[in-house]
Amino acid sequence: MNEPIVNLATFAAMSPDAGLRAALQKSRADIIGEISASGIKGRGGAGFPVGVKWNLCAATRGTQKYVVCNADEGEPGTFKDRAILRAHANLVFEGMTIGAFAVGAREGILYLRAEYTYLRPELEAVLAKRRAAKFLGENVCGKQGFNFDIRIQLGAGAYVCGEETALIESLEGHRGEPRNRPPFPVDTGFLGRPTVVNNVETLAWVACILQKGGAWFKTTGTDKSTGLKILSISGDCARPGVYEFPFGVTVAKLLETVGAPDAKAVQIGGASGHCLPSSEFGRAIAYEDAATGGSIIVFGQQRDMLEVAANFLEFFVEESCGQCTPCRIGNARLREGVELLSEGRCSMRYLQELCALGETMQAASKCGLGQSSPNAFLSIVKHFKDEIMGRVSVASH
Amino acid sequence: MLVTERERLREEITALADRHGRQRSALIPILQEIQRGHLQISDYAMQVVADLLDIHPVEVFSVVSFYSFLDEKPKGRFIIRLCRTISCDMAGKAAVARQLENDLGIGFGETTPCGRFTLEWANCIGMCDQGPALLVNDQVHARVTPEKVHEILAACRRVFGIYAQEQKEEHAV
Ligand SMILES: Cc1cc2nc3c(=O)[nH]c(=O)nc-3n(C[C@H](O)[C@H](O)[C@H](O)COP(=O)(O)O)c2cc1C
Ligand code: SF4
Ligand code: FES
Repeated sequence: MNEPIVNLATFAAMSPDAGLRAALQKSRADIIGEISASGIKGRGGAGFPVGVKWNLCAATRGTQKYVVCNADEGEPGTFKDRAILRAHANLVFEGMTIGAFAVGAREGILYLRAEYTYLRPELEAVLAKRRAAKFLGENVCGKQGFNFDIRIQLGAGAYVCGEETALIESLEGHRGEPRNRPPFPVDTGFLGRPTVVNNVETLAWVACILQKGGAWFKTTGTDKSTGLKILSISGDCARPGVYEFPFGVTVAKLLETVGAPDAKAVQIGGASGHCLPSSEFGRAIAYEDAATGGSIIVFGQQRDMLEVAANFLEFFVEESCGQCTPCRIGNARLREGVELLSEGRCSMRYLQELCALGETMQAASKCGLGQSSPNAFLSIVKHFKDEIMGRVSVASH
Repeated sequence: MLVTERERLREEITALADRHGRQRSALIPILQEIQRGHLQISDYAMQVVADLLDIHPVEVFSVVSFYSFLDEKPKGRFIIRLCRTISCDMAGKAAVARQLENDLGIGFGETTPCGRFTLEWANCIGMCDQGPALLVNDQVHARVTPEKVHEILAACRRVFGIYAQEQKEEHAV
C-alpha cells in the first residue's frame, strides 16, 4: 500500500531522443503528416487533433513563435502529468523540441503549477543536461539553423490558468482571465505571436510517435480515439494510482484493475466531468463516449452523492475567475441549491430550475470552466434522483 | 516602515527587475520572489514594482489579488495548505484539519500571532492517490494522519531553534 502505483510502461520502453533524431531527418510537413496519421488528439481534456493544431501554427508567418507545455494540472483527481514529469521529463522536453522544429518556434515554456514547485529543481537539472548534450540550444543535435531552448515558468495558484488563453495571460503577467476565442493561440498567442499549447502527456506521446510511427500509435485505441491514455485513478479503490490503458477500455475494466468491485459511481473527467452510476459502467473511456483528461474518481456505496456535488461546486465557486455572470453567479446558486437539497428543503420545481440554470451555464459561459462546471451536478441529479428526491420527501412530512 | 528598510527593499526589487527584465511578462516571476523572501507583497513593494515596470500600481495589485499564492497581507514563515478536494476529503482530510487547528491554535485562513504558521485550504494538489495531502511551503506530504500532523509541525518548529519546539504557537508571541 505504501509505494504509489505508477504504470507508464510504454514511455519507459522508449529509446531516449530517438524520436527527435528521426524528426530532424524529416521535413516539417512530414513530421506533421506523421502526427496527423497517428490520429492523436490532445490529452489535456479538450481533445483537439494535434496534427491540425500544429499545421495551423506552422502555416503562420514569422520566426517568433512559441511552444508551451501546459503543466498546470489542476483538474481534481488528475495527477498523471506529475507522474510523467517525475519519471519521463526527457520525453516531454523531446516532444516540445519536435513541436518547435515542426512549427518553427525558437522558445519553449513549461508552465508548471505553483503546487508543483518541488518538481522545479529536478526539471531544471534535466534541462541543463539536455543543453549540455546539445538537445537544446543552438543548432540542436547538429541541425544547422535550428535553435531552441526551454524555460520553466511557475503558476501562482489558479485552476483557470490551465485554460490555454488564461495560461497565456498569466505568462504575460496578467490576471489569468480567459480570452475570447477566436483568435486562437496558434495565430495570436504569447505576446501576440503564434503559439502551440499542449498538455504534458500529449507532448510525451508525440515523441513516441516520431520514434515508432503514426501507424504504431493507431494499433491501440478506437477509430476516433487512437492510442493509449494515461489515467489517474483515486477514491474508493484498493489500488489507486497512474495507469496506462488503451482508449476504448470500459469503466468496469478500470474498476476491476484498481480493485473496486462494489463501486456506486465513478466521476469521469474530474470536477468538470460527468458522474456515471453503476448501470453505465459498460461505457468506454474515449473522446466519443466517456471522455476524460485523465481523472477517474471512484465512489463506494457509502458515499453521499450530494456531498460529492457540493465539494465540486465549492471548487468552482472558488476557482471561477469572475469575468462572466453565468459562471460567477451560477456556481454560487447551484451550491446553495445543493445545500437546500441536503437539508431536504428543495422543491422539485426548484430542482428543475437549478437544472435549467446549469444548462444555461453550459451554453452561455465564456470559457470551459463555466461551461463544464454544472456537469457533475447535472449528472448526479440525473442518475441519483432517488437519493435526492428522498430528501425532498423527508422535508415534506 | 523605516526609510532604510524601504531603501533596502527598493534595491532588492531593482535587482530582481534587472535579472528578470522590465517587460510586463516579468511581473509574476518578480512578485513570486518578493513573496518568497518577505512572506507578503506590501503596498510599498507593489509601488516599487509598478515604477520599475512602468505600469500602474493598480495593475500590480489586481495581479496580486488574483492568485492564491500571492498575498498583500503577511503570511506565516510556514504556509500549510491542506487539500479539501473530493479524493482527500474521502481519505479523511477532516481529522487532519481538526488536528492542525488544535495543534496550531488557529483556524483555516489564519496566521499564528507569532507569525510562524499560516493554515489554508488548497484545491486538489495532484496527490489524490495518496490523500490526505498537504503542502508545507513547497514541500508535499502525503497520507497525512492526525499523528503525522504533530511530526510535520515539529519539523517546522525545529527551524526556529530548540526552545521553540514545545511552545504552543499562541503562547509564543
Ligand atoms: C478551466 C480549464 C482548465 C484546464 N486545465 C488544463 C490543465 O491543467 N492542463 C492541460 O493540459 N489542459 C488544461 N485545459 C485544456 C487547455 O485549455 C488546452 O485545451 C490544452 O492545454 C491543450 O493541450 P492538448 O491539446 O495537448 O490537450 C483546461 C481547460 C479549461 C477550460
Ligand atoms: S466561465 Fe468562469 S472562469 Fe471562464 S471566463 Fe467566465 S467566469 Fe471566468
Ligand atoms: S484531491 Fe487532494 S490532492 Fe487531489
